[in-house]
Amino acid sequence: MNDQILVKGVHQVFRTPGRDVVALQDISLQVPPGQFVCLLGPSGCGKSTLLNAVAGFVLPSAGEIVVDGRPVAGPGPDRGMVFQEYALFPWMTVAQNIAFGLEVQRQPREQVRRTVDELLDLLHLGDFRDRFPKDLSGGMRQRVAIARVLALDSPILLMDEPFGALDALTRRTLQDELLRLWRRTGKTILFVTHSIEESIYLADRIVVMTYRPGTVKRDQPVDLPRPRDPSSAAFNELKRELGALVMEEQQRHAADELKAPAVD
Amino acid sequence: MLRRLKPVLQGALVPLLLLAAWEACSRAGLFSPVVLPAPSAVAVKWWAYLLPAQPRAPGQGALEWMLSGELPHDAWSSLFRVVVGFLIGAGLALPLGLLMGANRRLHDLMNPLVQIVRPIPPIAYIPLAILWFGLGNPPALFLIALGAFFPVLMNTIAGVRQVDGIYLRAARNLGAGPGTMFLRVILPAATPYILAGVRIGIGTAFIVVIVSEMIAVNDGLGFRILEAREFMWSDKIIAGMITIGLLGLAIDLAVSRLNQHLLRWHRGLEH
Repeated sequence: MNDQILVKGVHQVFRTPGRDVVALQDISLQVPPGQFVCLLGPSGCGKSTLLNAVAGFVLPSAGEIVVDGRPVAGPGPDRGMVFQEYALFPWMTVAQNIAFGLEVQRQPREQVRRTVDELLDLLHLGDFRDRFPKDLSGGMRQRVAIARVLALDSPILLMDEPFGALDALTRRTLQDELLRLWRRTGKTILFVTHSIEESIYLADRIVVMTYRPGTVKRDQPVDLPRPRDPSSAAFNELKRELGALVMEEQQRHAADELKAPAVD
Repeated sequence: MLRRLKPVLQGALVPLLLLAAWEACSRAGLFSPVVLPAPSAVAVKWWAYLLPAQPRAPGQGALEWMLSGELPHDAWSSLFRVVVGFLIGAGLALPLGLLMGANRRLHDLMNPLVQIVRPIPPIAYIPLAILWFGLGNPPALFLIALGAFFPVLMNTIAGVRQVDGIYLRAARNLGAGPGTMFLRVILPAATPYILAGVRIGIGTAFIVVIVSEMIAVNDGLGFRILEAREFMWSDKIIAGMITIGLLGLAIDLAVSRLNQHLLRWHRGLEH
């Protein structure tokens, strides 16, 4: 009962006109509170599907997902999600975006303002509070999206390739920022990525997934000391090892794509 | 200063040349003044149409007196009908469009009827409108509302349907219930489409107001230019037409301003 996220024998089948796609097959996973877990694999391995199932956007075809002792039946603010496409509301200013989740909970106006101010400060967004998302760079937008889910103060943070669309330098800055926030808040983080280096840089534990049907190929603890140095020998040894695993799956993905148009 | 004046001068060049040619032809006696009066005659008539017809009555305010002429009265009547008719039409179309856009069942239920009624031009309703509402403002407002209704309805439906699913997922994740979802996510996400519909709807309303004034009422710009025809006052017809053009331009500018304000978050074709 100590696990914050418990995935029990989850199957996920998507019915498409041509054939049924088994996205997840008998996945089981236990995540204790405060752990930073990366789901790693090539596209089509079901890592995003698993994340969406934990978020409650899709319900598993079989099996069960239990969060804090309660089975997941739909999306909720106890599992804040950060999307790769940011998903900021473009008609709201930065401050309004961050306040949205709090206003939904009908928190008092004064309290909402205080929380928003704190988060703007925490993510260095103070100068942008009244800007619209269209005026922000990708990195700034993702900061706002992170602030928006932090506002919920949910114990769990779900992140779907959040830095995938950013350039390498912005990416590293935001990774460091995320680690700082994680240390500070002690949240449980489930982080989807296809970057091997990103997963080793961030995670306590890397779950490598297979390409279709999605299963757990390797559950790899990462006990390198933090802050991690991507140029160190140990880092690169792990990178080589995981790289070989991921490439096996990538080759199956590529072969499959040549056979038939991808259904994602 | 000169640089800012240049595009204005450039834009005015062709109209001014045309006016000069027209004036010259009229003065040379090429057209009968009944068929095509000179621009100067039109301008004189327009001015007379604008000025108060009666001397200022005791106790009458200065502004009230200045606006007591025929043209201000007609322009106001037409504008009033456009605005009220549009608000009725759009006021009915917006909630229906939101519901039809959001609810598949309701859409499938209502859509066949909408598709059959939509192609009937509002003008075709004139006989029925007079039978149902008699003469005066009611049939005019009915026709204008009808003209505004369908553009706003169709665009609202399309606007709700194109809302990107990612916003809905994000809002649900942040704990939004159905009410918040509708008012704070779906409605604003659909505004670019809705406002495009508003613009088309107001344009249609403006066409319909002129036609309906020609048949159902005793004032307004549409009535006035038809009345002027009875007396063969071509100069007054053209003066009225120019006023219609100016009023239309003013309405379009106002809507465009509203657009710019409501869509200041929007970056046009990107999203």
